[in-house]
Formats: sequence, C-alpha cells, structure tokens
Amino acid sequence: MAKRIDAVDLNVYYGKFLAVEGVNINIEPKSVTAFIGPSGCGKTTFLRTLNRMHEVLPGSHVKGNVLLDGDDIYAPGVDPVTIRSQVGMVFQRPNPFPTMSIRDNVLAGFKLNGKRMSKSDSDAVVEKSLRGANLWNEVKDRLEKPGSGLSGGQQQRLCIARTIAVEPAVILMDEPCSALDPISTLAVEDLINELKNQYTVVIVTHNMQQAARVSEKTAFFNIAGTGKPGKLIEYAETSTIFNNPSDQATEDYVSGRFG
Amino acid sequence: MSTTTAPPALSSGSSGRAGDKFFSGLTLAAGIVILAVLAFVAGFLVLESVPALFAPADQISAGTSFFTYVFPIMIGTLITAAIALLIATPIALGVALFISHLAPRNLAKPVGYVIDLLAAIPSVVYGAWGMLVLGPLMVPMYDWLHTYLGWIPLFGEPSTTGRTLMTASVVLAVMILPIITALSREIFVQTPKLHEEAALALGATRWEMIRMSVLPFARSGVVSAIMLGLGRALGETMAVTLVLSPGILTANLIGSGNQTIPSEIALNFPEAFGMRQNELIAAGLILFIITLLVNMVARFIVNRHKEFSGAN
Repeated sequence: MAKRIDAVDLNVYYGKFLAVEGVNINIEPKSVTAFIGPSGCGKTTFLRTLNRMHEVLPGSHVKGNVLLDGDDIYAPGVDPVTIRSQVGMVFQRPNPFPTMSIRDNVLAGFKLNGKRMSKSDSDAVVEKSLRGANLWNEVKDRLEKPGSGLSGGQQQRLCIARTIAVEPAVILMDEPCSALDPISTLAVEDLINELKNQYTVVIVTHNMQQAARVSEKTAFFNIAGTGKPGKLIEYAETSTIFNNPSDQATEDYVSGRFG
Repeated sequence: MSTTTAPPALSSGSSGRAGDKFFSGLTLAAGIVILAVLAFVAGFLVLESVPALFAPADQISAGTSFFTYVFPIMIGTLITAAIALLIATPIALGVALFISHLAPRNLAKPVGYVIDLLAAIPSVVYGAWGMLVLGPLMVPMYDWLHTYLGWIPLFGEPSTTGRTLMTASVVLAVMILPIITALSREIFVQTPKLHEEAALALGATRWEMIRMSVLPFARSGVVSAIMLGLGRALGETMAVTLVLSPGILTANLIGSGNQTIPSEIALNFPEAFGMRQNELIAAGLILFIITLLVNMVARFIVNRHKEFSGAN
C-alpha cells in the first residue's frame, strides 16, 4: 500500500560530478507531489534516485538516505530490483513493449515475479489495471493487438496500467504528458487524481499549470549555473508555492520571469 | 547588363534536382548490377548443369543418376552446417550479450576486438589449424564418445587422425562465430534505452530485462545474423577440404567419411572435364538452391511477426 518517502541530505553524483545537492524532503503517502524547475536543475535525476533508476548510468551514485516508510533503500544488501517493484515509474515518452500485445504489456511486470496464474486470474488483473488507467473501454476488444498500435495518450495510459498492475507503493512520473496532446494530457491528469487515492504519486513536470492542477504539494528545484549542482529551493503546499512563495527565485519562476 | 531576377518558374526546377537524379540513377545502377550478376551466375549454373541433370546413367560418376551422386554430399553439407550452427549460435549470442549488456566497459571492448579478429583469419589457416591441431585434439574425445555412447549410430568407429565431419563442423563453428557475434552485438546495443528502462522500472533483473526488451527487439536481426553464418558454413570450401578426409555418406560423425558439396567441387574441379565438370557445376547449382531456400525460410520467419516487430 501507499508509502511515505523521506530523503535525508541526499547528494547525487554522476562520477565525480555533483548533480543534485542536499535534498531534504518528506513526501506523504496517498498524495500527489509535483517537482518543478528549469531544465537541468536535477528534478528528474532526483526522481530517479527514488527507485534507484539512476544506477542505469554507470558511475552514478548517491550519498545520504532515501527512506521508504522508514526503510533505507540504499542500505547495504538492498536489491534495486525489489525497490523498483515497489516504486513504479512512468516515463517521458510512452514506452509499451512493442513486441507484446496490450494484454501482455499489462501483465509484463506480473510475469516477472514468476507467478503462475490461471487465465481467469490474469484476465482479472488485466481488466482491473486497464480500468484503473481509464483505458479499459478503449481497448477491451483488442487486447491481443500490439500495444504500439495505440495512440500516444493511450500508450501512456497503457504504461500506467502496466505500472499499477504490480500494485506498487509509489508511482513516479517523469513528465508523463510532455509528449501528449491536450486531450490525452487531460485524461492522464484525471487519472493521476484517481491514483492518489491508493498510491503515493510523484510527478516531474515542466508545465506549471499541470503542477497547480494535479498536486497537493510542490517542490521547486533550481540551479545556480551550468556545472553547479541542482538544489531543492522550496517545498510547500502547491497553493503556497504558486500564490505566496517565500523564496524570490520561486516567485520569479512561477510567475514566468525565467525558466 | 540589366538582369531582372525573375522568380524561378515552378515547372522548370531541374537545376535543384540534378543531384537527386544523379543519386537515384547511381543507386538504380547498383541495384541492376546486383541482379545482373545474380542472373548471370544462375544462368551459368543452369546451362552448365543441364547435361549432367539429364545424362544417361553410364556417363555419371555414381553410375546410376546425378541425384544418387549429389544426394550424399548434399546431406553431408547440411549436417556439417547444422552442427556448426548448433555449436556457434548459443556461444555467439552469449558473447554478444556479454559485450553489449553484461561486461564492464573496459572488458567489453577487448573481447569485442578479439572476436572481430577471428573473422580476419583466412579460411585456409582455419583449415590447416583444424587438420593439424584441432583434429588430433579431438581424438580422445571421439574415443570417449565411442566407448560410452557407441550404441548411438552417430558415434561409430572413431577416426585415429580426427579428420572427421565433426571436426570440420567445429572448425566451421569457430569461423561463423565472429559473424553472428558481431552482427548480434550491433543489434543488441541498438535496443532503445526506453524499452530497457521500462523493464527495469517494473522490477526486472538484468536477465529479465534482456528477455523482455533486448531479445524481442533484436529477434529479426539475430535471425539474419544466424542466416549469414549459415550461408558461410554451407559455402565454406577450403577449411572443410583440408580438415575432412572424405568418403561415402555415413551416419558416423566421428569417423572418416562424408563429404560436402563445396569440398567435393574444390577437390575434383581442377582435373575434371566434359561430363564430370557438368556434374560438379550441377552440384554447385544444388548448393545455390539450398542457400536460397534457407534465406527464404529465414525471411518468412522474420516476416511472420511483422505486426509485433516494433517497426510500426
């Protein structure tokens, strides 16, 4: 079930380069938290440390702690594979597995756990996940067709269905709507609003209106200059960030003066 | 000199397209050359084969008909190539995956170079190595196979020199290994990061990620790589000629005997004349047809899953 995330003095490095410095943040369970900030400020990098996806790049490592309901996900002996099955991720560009049918895409994460399940059980998982991603009515008649044949927005919701099929505690979204048209964006935003009833959702977005629409709390990241590390500048209720920020940089950014 | 610059007429527009026309002409010519060469080779093979294909029995070296002559060496060719593929494919795919996804970067590069180097060795060197080094090395293994698995017809009376069909297959396997490895590696590294991360983000281990995103993506390319390897194995002449001490078709893979089409042609062609020459060219025609069929089957396999190939 939904879990809280606490980052404590987190530094992220790519090799020797310090990319993100000193992040302290507490993310409540069953809430939507938005990360905003200019490009290159480290918000995506930080997001990826929350399920250890940054480790895909050789040489990247962190100092500090990330606690998932109090358990350090960087403690020695913790397998990133276990972390990722609890902290799911939706990417910037929709990435359904092109060689799999819609049905198999939804079940992809499920099959990883090596569970043998009956046809009726897997049918139930497919329907529940696709309904959860508001996609069921659009694809129920073509579950055996390839996932790559769907529209971009449908593909992104298929990816969300695939993520929630394994019932993670947290869902990370890395600019999930940046490749989508406004109608599909609306569909995904509606979905995010429903997802927060069950999951902890963290979303990175460049679209400030989107942050204002979907999130309860917003974190503003900024970078002092090229080659400098990104930092968490301000973290507060979304309404506070947009209407009454305490930091000048935040106000400049949300009012469109830079970024 | 008062020149008024009139806007260029829409219909003329030939100057801007000269390069395009030249290039399309060039590619067309290249395409035609390939087809023409293929047609000439096929025409030569067919024309020269016809006398042997319809010759009376007493003019054929096997004494009955061309097909009783060509059948044993055709089977020999297929068996050698099949064993070579069976040995080389798993190793090649393993090495390719190791280089592309598993090895640390400072190890992957040298291993890749060594594999590429294997492809640079001339086949006659492979043949000499197979005859002088590998053959004798295999003899104890053949003895062991015969002693313990001798009840299987494949492991009959073992050869004392090791110059057998099995040894030839192993040499061929080593020869096609770099082809399959290099091509597969190229395809494996092209797997979109997006798909790899999709699998990892679902909690896939490295092997599960490879099975979910890398292998499906690379499928058709790997089939092509294997077919190229098979093509080389079917047509390889020098190595087999040197390694194998030929004889009649036998199920015994570890004794002397058996023969392949390319090796048969190479051994006999210099002294052949008249009908014997036609006979050997006809054998070449059979090899040509086998290779063509193999490639068509491979195409068919690749196309069957077009909808799911990820190209759409």
